[in-house]
Amino acid sequence: MKIVVTVKLVPDTNADKRIDPETKRLVRTGVETVLNPFDEYALEAALQLKEKAGGDTTVTVVTMAPENGKEVVRKALAMGADDAVMLSDPQAEGSDVWGTAHALAKAIAQNGFDLVVCGTQSTDAITGELPGMLAELLGVPGLTYLRKLEIDGTTVRAERETDNGYARISAPLPALASVTKSINEPRYPSLRGIMGAKKKTIAVRTLAEAGVGQEIGNAGARTEVTGFETPPARGKGEVYQAADAVAGAQKILEFLREKKFV
Amino acid sequence: MNFDLTADQRAIQTLCRDFAENEVKPRAEEMDAQAEFPYDLVKKMADLGLMGLPFPEEYGGAGADTISYALAVMEISRADASTGITLAAHVSLGSTPFAMFGTEEQKQKYLVPLARGEMLWGFGLTEPQAGSDAGGTRTRAELRDGSWIINGTKAFITNSGTDLSGGTTITAITGTDEKGRPEISNIAVPQDTPGFTRSKKYRKMGWKASDTRELAFEDARVPEDMLLGARGRGLKQFLKILDGGRISVAALSVGLAMGAYEEALAYAKERRQFGQPISKFQAIQFKLADMLMEIEHAKLMMLRAAWEKDNGREFEMSASLAKLYSAEVSRRVVNEAVQIHGGYGFMDEYPVSRMYRDQKINEIGEGTNEVQRLVIARLMGL
Repeated sequence: MKIVVTVKLVPDTNADKRIDPETKRLVRTGVETVLNPFDEYALEAALQLKEKAGGDTTVTVVTMAPENGKEVVRKALAMGADDAVMLSDPQAEGSDVWGTAHALAKAIAQNGFDLVVCGTQSTDAITGELPGMLAELLGVPGLTYLRKLEIDGTTVRAERETDNGYARISAPLPALASVTKSINEPRYPSLRGIMGAKKKTIAVRTLAEAGVGQEIGNAGARTEVTGFETPPARGKGEVYQAADAVAGAQKILEFLREKKFV
Repeated sequence: MNFDLTADQRAIQTLCRDFAENEVKPRAEEMDAQAEFPYDLVKKMADLGLMGLPFPEEYGGAGADTISYALAVMEISRADASTGITLAAHVSLGSTPFAMFGTEEQKQKYLVPLARGEMLWGFGLTEPQAGSDAGGTRTRAELRDGSWIINGTKAFITNSGTDLSGGTTITAITGTDEKGRPEISNIAVPQDTPGFTRSKKYRKMGWKASDTRELAFEDARVPEDMLLGARGRGLKQFLKILDGGRISVAALSVGLAMGAYEEALAYAKERRQFGQPISKFQAIQFKLADMLMEIEHAKLMMLRAAWEKDNGREFEMSASLAKLYSAEVSRRVVNEAVQIHGGYGFMDEYPVSRMYRDQKINEIGEGTNEVQRLVIARLMGL
């Protein structure tokens, strides 16, 4: 079985985020680049599927990033992925989510796959649209927001998080799955993994080599960021002075009911 | 000249930093308060391969270099010095003697489980009456009918009494040399040896979550082949181990100082007095600037010593300089970190309180500051 995990390289999540007012893009200079934390859950889910399936199951990491991001991709290999495909092309710069999905779909199709696993979103742009688009472009069922993911023969069985609980869903392979943070706890790369990652292949391809015919990047972007603003500061919470414990408890219960927590 | 770490070194440092931040730091305060040995963290470090970091892969290690090892100890100590010394003592004192002086059989039997982190091992040099004067060893081992009969006491032995401890390698007088001086050899004594007992854990000022005990040998009998390295070379071998160990202590000191500096920096930005964060006061800024300057200096010295070792150079001088300087830097830094915290720094809820207590041993262990100066003076040819 061939499992593909899509990953994104993002600025360190703990660093302060700044947006360049000119380009309206996130400033990435001077900030360390890391694997998108959401994608680590996807990789962990894929590695667990591989460990369970055994045999000749492979996990390939696919990303679109400048070539100097190789070292970050190597972390995914150190965690246990077998190899990586990296789309690196100056023409890809400024791609919107459609452009990215388009290019990744080509690279994934070229690589071949039974299952694609994605994180739900990236910590930089946070559109959360990529998994859905990718499933559509690959022409396979998209099972999104999963908190549980299993392979049963040629069927994917999963639990999809919903507002009130979860739904049991399934689909035939090939398919695409996106997983949430509740699915697992990503492993640390072991030292053996780190030392072994050097010997694994990162295939660097241009857009043309990956068969991306469509123009993507800045020129091909179908969306435009017209402006940005920092969110308004959160207002002060409501303070209620209870006459006694019973009245206080009653008030809390009302609040929880109103918010549909109980 | 190149100040860049390799990709492996960076990856190992990042791994250790993430591990220390997420797994070690949240436990540090409680481990200190309970003086509780972190079995779970040792297991996790073993699973990651940290416990066998510099040893060859064929012996269960990860085959990484000394720079990676120093960075690993530094990052773990940045979160918690007790966990840092548990790792450092395991690698550089417990396991390295087998790697350096062990026979193939000894390596298979002991180094492999040690490198995998399934077993811990002590390094027994110090005695109640033989500290800086390590040659003043009184413990004796007599060869009788193919066994060493050991009698004596060892003091302050790290990792010697945990549930994972497999034994301790000691220095013991095994005879007299041709000049009539005591002949000192190394003998590995397994934990279950009759006549070998460990005291309760010491109650300590710092490093509270690390395991430190006094060892007693009363007619403890081990087979002759538990001799480690050549007979009569015991003191030289152990001093050789300590040369490498100085890089460990430098890393412990630099890590501890970094941790204390970061706590102080964060606190200074947050703590408001006279209508502004205290970080706006020059008195505090100067302290923080001095702390960072000294930490960077100590870190470079530590990395240089590690680099020299990795490149097969003579590293005794740079390791001694790095150990001495970092230990003294860690004292100045933890002192100022507590000072910046004011009264809160004296309270155990603030990590700098623990760091202040954990620091002092860096100036004593593996050669006091004074002995370090003697070593340096000797290397200068004085």
